[in-house]
Amino acid sequence: MAGKSFFIDTTRCTACRGCQMACKNWNQNGASATKNTGSHQNPPDLDGNTFKLVRFSELEKDGKPAWYFFADQCRHCLEPPCKDAIEGYVDDGVVLDEATGAIYYTPKAKEAPFDEVRSSCPYDIPRQAADGSYVKCTMCIDRVSNGLLPACVKICPTGAMNFGDRDAMLALAAERVEKLKATHPQAQLLDAEQVRVIFLVVDEPTRYHKNAIAGLKPGFMHKLAQRFTRRAAAS
Amino acid sequence: MTNHWNDLANSDCVLMMGSNPAENHPISFRWVMKAKDNGATLIHVDPRYTRTSTKADIYVPLRSGTDIAFLGGMIKYILDNNKVFKEYAVNYTNIAFIVGDKYDFKDGLFSGFDKDKRAYDPSFWAYVKDEKGIPRRDPTLQDPRCVFQLLKKHYARYDLDTVSSVTGTSKEDLVKVYEAYSATGVPDKAGTMMYAMGWTQHTVGVQNIRAGSMIQLLLGNIGIAGGGVNALRGESNVQGSTDAGLLYHIYPGYLPVPSASVTTLAEYHKKFTPATNDPQSANWWQNRPKYMVSFLKSMFGDAATPENEFGYGWLPKPEDGKSYSWLDLFDAMYKKEFKGFFAWGMNPACSGGNSNKTRQALANLDWMVNVNVFDNETASFWKGPGMDPKKIKTEVFFLPCAASMEKEGSISNSGRWAQWRYQAQKPVGQSKPDGDIVLELFNEIRALYKKPGGALPDPILKLKWDYMTKHAFDPHLVAKAINGYFTRDVTIGDKTFKKGDPVPAFAMLKEDGSTSSGNWLYCQSYNQDGNNMARRDKSDPSGLMLYPKWSWAWPVNRRIIYNRASVDPTGKPWNPKKVVIEFAGEVKDGKYTTQKWTGDVPDGPWYPLKNPDGSVREDGKLPFIMKPDGYASVYGPGLKDGPFPEHYEPIECPVEKNVFGSQLTNPVAAIYATDRDIIKSCDPRFPFICSTYRVTEHWQTGVLTRWLPWLIEAEPQMFVEMSEELAKLRNLSNGEKVVVESPRGTLEAVAIVTKRIKPFTIQGNEVHEVGIPWHFGWVWPAEGGDSANLLTPSVGDPNTRIPESKAFMVNVRKKG
Repeated sequence: MAGKSFFIDTTRCTACRGCQMACKNWNQNGASATKNTGSHQNPPDLDGNTFKLVRFSELEKDGKPAWYFFADQCRHCLEPPCKDAIEGYVDDGVVLDEATGAIYYTPKAKEAPFDEVRSSCPYDIPRQAADGSYVKCTMCIDRVSNGLLPACVKICPTGAMNFGDRDAMLALAAERVEKLKATHPQAQLLDAEQVRVIFLVVDEPTRYHKNAIAGLKPGFMHKLAQRFTRRAAAS
Repeated sequence: MTNHWNDLANSDCVLMMGSNPAENHPISFRWVMKAKDNGATLIHVDPRYTRTSTKADIYVPLRSGTDIAFLGGMIKYILDNNKVFKEYAVNYTNIAFIVGDKYDFKDGLFSGFDKDKRAYDPSFWAYVKDEKGIPRRDPTLQDPRCVFQLLKKHYARYDLDTVSSVTGTSKEDLVKVYEAYSATGVPDKAGTMMYAMGWTQHTVGVQNIRAGSMIQLLLGNIGIAGGGVNALRGESNVQGSTDAGLLYHIYPGYLPVPSASVTTLAEYHKKFTPATNDPQSANWWQNRPKYMVSFLKSMFGDAATPENEFGYGWLPKPEDGKSYSWLDLFDAMYKKEFKGFFAWGMNPACSGGNSNKTRQALANLDWMVNVNVFDNETASFWKGPGMDPKKIKTEVFFLPCAASMEKEGSISNSGRWAQWRYQAQKPVGQSKPDGDIVLELFNEIRALYKKPGGALPDPILKLKWDYMTKHAFDPHLVAKAINGYFTRDVTIGDKTFKKGDPVPAFAMLKEDGSTSSGNWLYCQSYNQDGNNMARRDKSDPSGLMLYPKWSWAWPVNRRIIYNRASVDPTGKPWNPKKVVIEFAGEVKDGKYTTQKWTGDVPDGPWYPLKNPDGSVREDGKLPFIMKPDGYASVYGPGLKDGPFPEHYEPIECPVEKNVFGSQLTNPVAAIYATDRDIIKSCDPRFPFICSTYRVTEHWQTGVLTRWLPWLIEAEPQMFVEMSEELAKLRNLSNGEKVVVESPRGTLEAVAIVTKRIKPFTIQGNEVHEVGIPWHFGWVWPAEGGDSANLLTPSVGDPNTRIPESKAFMVNVRKKG
């Protein structure tokens, strides 16, 4: 299949936060005043200034401490529900770039109600910036269109973050899963067929992050149906 | 480092101990992961399970301050299980040396201890020498007085049960680590050690590193690809700073600073130039006079002549027996012995042990100059917590300086690579690069010494001081002066050099004043080929990532030092699959007839020790060329606290007895005696061990990073990590603001209650450990918290006097 993909191997991630910082750097995003709530994860969630967030999950596995790192971001779905949600209200609010598959919002996106856009996302990604615009990872489309790697991939020292043609990334992901299965029988890719940002984990996905894989939200289909009805009625 | 960052990828077994590389040297983990990709075993030994531990194949906990017990146990394991790489150890280390009869060790003390002086007489530890003055050796290792047998005897007490009861590490875990690591004691396997402040910041710091080095020597891991003893330095250019002699006891290039009683240069040469009668020992420090004189020429230029001993008399000298280390300076400052102080690019109010003592000491000054990028706890000490500005007479000047990307110059990394950097942007506002500040300051000082004049003007007025281009500080001029040049026309061999020509490399430095060099180690860095530090060629002919043309490494661009130990005595690599150097001279009738090495810059071009036919070559050289006898020290008689590392408890510790002997703590540790130097061991008011450490997101005292929004967002506040068990004991919840207090100070911190720390069982008792980062200070942000060093003690290692910030005692309790 055409376009680009990310492959994120969580077994190589050291939670250095380079990706979190590089994303803010490239997008010239700000920062919020945070508190330490008893975790190293900060800010606590994605927000209007944070499109890439390293999530820390501390657990026990086989009686020993386990610490999973999940560098969360927009999945750039092959069939993005947020695109449907926005297009239910306005044209030209969201772009699906043909060459890469990147999904990014335009200023018109905010003509769609935010909570509908946000709740349409099975990974809970879309957020609002201070000026009201809807924001999330853009796949660094300006960098990628100019032959550069996304900022988060460029900065990653350990090879947790990978980016390239989708076929190559899927092949790399498959190779890594195979290799890891020997010592980690639960090694798996998350929603690989549905998204362009493919995470590799070695445990139950929700032990990393509650939205690590897509789960249908209650009323999701109903809301989707309503949108099309509304749009059809308006035109 | 003996090796360098990229070389980590060549390793088969990476021991990360006294360090947390994934968090504090994140880029290094690129290479550690590559090693893992190639099948290496990663081992992490740390009181806490950290971000590094998540990538380790083997993680084991140990109580802070017990590294020697742990490593001593490994030494015993290596000896008991015959894991020594015998051919390497016998031929290249001093395990076969015979030690004199005066050496002894009994009940925690080595022979030669003077209780009143609190010092050892190292003459008690001397080797037996033959009639030529060369240390006697027994290569069969049977002599009961040989180092090998004494080593065995010393570590016989470090059995698994004892080590486990001291470190809190289970016997199972100990064996797991020992087995995995000692598997590298064979020719085709390399083990590397990555260490940092977790080893150095103890009153036994140097001995911690010695223990690691001894293991590396027994296993044959020094001088090879993927091996080495590798210090992860805590600042991007601290390697450069120690190379440049910023510590009080060394001149640039690690030349010793003479004390006041060494009144002449001739005496200096005599005292500090080692000699050997062994033709196979290169004894490279025999060249020290050349480097010292070249250094003096760089300081005083034409004013330095043979007649005035090249200006030797103009160098300030410390009093005999007196130490001027950080701890000593602030102790003296606290005792009102200082009028003025330049706090240059540092934040002592937060960075040194026992910060309350330091902050109070600052209040005793008449004046202070703070050179820094942002406001900080040192510059603003006078309005800090507990300070009354009305009562403080210190006049503080703040000189804003440029940040690293606003300056041009070199930065020397842990791997000894001096990488030149260009100026990315001009300094903002009134801030200036440090070089410009020093220049302007000294120009003023010199003018004042000229008129109205001052006491002892010669050193000031005769200092060579021509580092300006177009009225501005020029780092290129300094770099060239550091490299060095000929002070007159000189012919060496068949080459003629003109006055002012750069010296190609340090082999051409002379004792007669014909050469000038600010730092012999950096001679070649900026020579006739140009600024070698600025090279960026990525070619790698060896395939071992030596990158010989990427920047420049000291010495003489040698990337792995002691690499003559990577080959056998005939010059053939121990591991033909990872060849660092190889002797490639022609052979005739079983003997080498020409001299040629391939690969990395060999650690001296000389012939190997033996010919292919096994006959000894008197013109061959032993690999450890910086030791007078040419062999690496498994037995190390040159340190202040003994020739073998011995477990002593931290000065402030949770146990009443040291199970290894009657001596509880290091008998010669640096200790101080003001009213603020309070130590409380085994005090029920301070029942928990505390350690200090860093996070990826902040750096040092946070003096730069706390002002950067993305970083403070990620790590906004002082925290204390503790076990779930301790939280239960003290009824504390995750995220709750709590109080951490030591005999020296108090802090507030957010509790991080975690499974990643577990209580230890030490000598049958449950002992808790907590940890705090030292990145915060009261100046900014408002809710950030204050410095961890308010709690740490001002006690230090006897050799380096580095503060023991890694193990002391605290209490943790609910606020108010």
